[in-house]
Amino acid sequence: MQDEPILKVEDLETYFYTRTSVVKAVGGISFELRKGETLGIVGESGSGKSVTAWSILGLVPKPGRIVGGSILYQGENLLEKSDAEMRQIRGRGICMVMQNPLTSLNPVFNVGNQIVETMRMDSNQSASTLRERAVELLAKVHIAAPQARLNSFPHQMSGGMRQRVVGAISISRSPNVLIADEPTTSLDATIQLQYLKLLKEIQAQTGAAIIFITHDFGIVARMCDRVAVMYAGKIVEQANVMDLFDNPSHPYTEGLLRSVPGLDQDVDLLPSIEGQPPNPDDLPPGCSFAPRCSYAYDKCVEYPPEYLIEPDHVARCWMRDDAN
Amino acid sequence: MAATEGIAATGFSQLWHLQRQLRQHRLPWIPIIVLAVLLVCAALAPLLAPHDPRQISPINGQIPPGESLSYPLGTDFLGRDILSRMIYGARTTVIISLASLLIGAVVGTLIGLVSGYHGGWIDAWLMRTTDAALSFPTILVALVILVFLGAGTIPVILAIVLTVWARFARMIRGEVLTVKGQDFVTMAQIAGVSTAVILWRHIFPNVLNTLMVITSLLVGQIILLEAALSFLGVGLPPGSPAWGTMMSEGQDFILDLWWLALFPGLAITIVVLAFNFFGDWLRDTLDPKMRRSQ
Repeated sequence: MQDEPILKVEDLETYFYTRTSVVKAVGGISFELRKGETLGIVGESGSGKSVTAWSILGLVPKPGRIVGGSILYQGENLLEKSDAEMRQIRGRGICMVMQNPLTSLNPVFNVGNQIVETMRMDSNQSASTLRERAVELLAKVHIAAPQARLNSFPHQMSGGMRQRVVGAISISRSPNVLIADEPTTSLDATIQLQYLKLLKEIQAQTGAAIIFITHDFGIVARMCDRVAVMYAGKIVEQANVMDLFDNPSHPYTEGLLRSVPGLDQDVDLLPSIEGQPPNPDDLPPGCSFAPRCSYAYDKCVEYPPEYLIEPDHVARCWMRDDAN
Repeated sequence: MAATEGIAATGFSQLWHLQRQLRQHRLPWIPIIVLAVLLVCAALAPLLAPHDPRQISPINGQIPPGESLSYPLGTDFLGRDILSRMIYGARTTVIISLASLLIGAVVGTLIGLVSGYHGGWIDAWLMRTTDAALSFPTILVALVILVFLGAGTIPVILAIVLTVWARFARMIRGEVLTVKGQDFVTMAQIAGVSTAVILWRHIFPNVLNTLMVITSLLVGQIILLEAALSFLGVGLPPGSPAWGTMMSEGQDFILDLWWLALFPGLAITIVVLAFNFFGDWLRDTLDPKMRRSQ
């Protein structure tokens, strides 16, 4: 029972249909998320991280469509839910913190109203009780003088404060799954750290599972229990954080880790991965990373299966076939 | 040569800028006074008017303005008091333009909100209907409607509503498109807020400024339209105290009884101008973006 995943994504495919082509933004990914666990999804821009998040919420933007796979939330397939049923799940079951805190709040309402608005959806409590709960929430996200801040408008707050208010709104209905889509990219370094700590605190208090979307391995190391590395819409490697750092088993992961500057190294030029990610509407046959991979050989024209490197550590690379 | 032109241009634009800035911080007093007078006349017409606007008294016919203390603006060929008719005319104007604006704004805003937010085929249908409504000549549509329904206050309101709702719908839809792309709307969707609540709480308040500006700029046009319809004889029944009707009655005697058409004409011009100035000021104050692009 303990081991039953709260969210189970299987072979999810989300494509964007334009007039001339089909963009396979998410090309068949699978992962599981357990209660209280944090999964990091790492990858460069355009690798399908955010589209994965929107797919889980059932809010894929217009020309996009989920064309295959399943998303099981507490054992139920979200792809078979109606709009009204999805609205019930969003917010209370699964919630998301977006990238930009500066624009995530409505400029014409004070923050108290915005927090109360989401809470009002599933409780018939009086306005004053809800406002008290809003004060508690603001205190929980470490906003000074929360009572007075209820009446502040978004433009009267700093970026970090707004991000925390957005955090307060997303946990106001105690979701079981919280998706954080690069929540700290627009904050400066000290605020970033505070915010990450806050997310951890919230998780400890509510037992929520977190999907943390980022391209920063430092954040992954600090925040996550497991990591999935995405490349061109596919998960190329998935492992526990420490296993991944100790034993990167896909050339792409290896390249990514090599290009992170370390404090103990003194190098003039960081190694980078040669070339560009493939055009997502024209993926190479076989392994999408092959054209950039220095280890690529004849077998790579075929799409590699998942290889189990060690328990809970899989990578999609033909080299693992030879190693076995 | 080029240099002097440059200096002249800078000097002029600075002056223009200054005047603009002054206007921003100062209330447009003249338009406000005009509108206040209009509203007071409309509200208190029975108290203010010295005579019954429909009272015919042939003995007092054709008095020019200024000759009789009891008829300061003179009388028409039937001896009806022009001042009283002007005051009641204000009431007619206010009732018709308020009612048609209100209905037009509500209908147009609802259509614009739904169309812009929903998108897809609903948007396509609603906007093609709007395009169709906008492509008909306003006066012609109003004439056709009034010929069918006959003269009267409610038919006039209906005719005006049918020609103005589309402008609201189109403008509001455009605003909605920009607002709905913003993160706080997505945030509300993520939080599981229903569509009706998103439209009412998140989108509507953010298009309210635009709505107010369009409204104030359309008032002038609506007053003109009402006057034009009455002038053409299809608006309000003949003899009604309305500025348009008065002008049309006065046009046959424009050389002899010049005051019959002059006063209502002046009133229409002044009121429409006042509304337009007020609308400009409102736009400048509420929408800095629109101001910058000018």
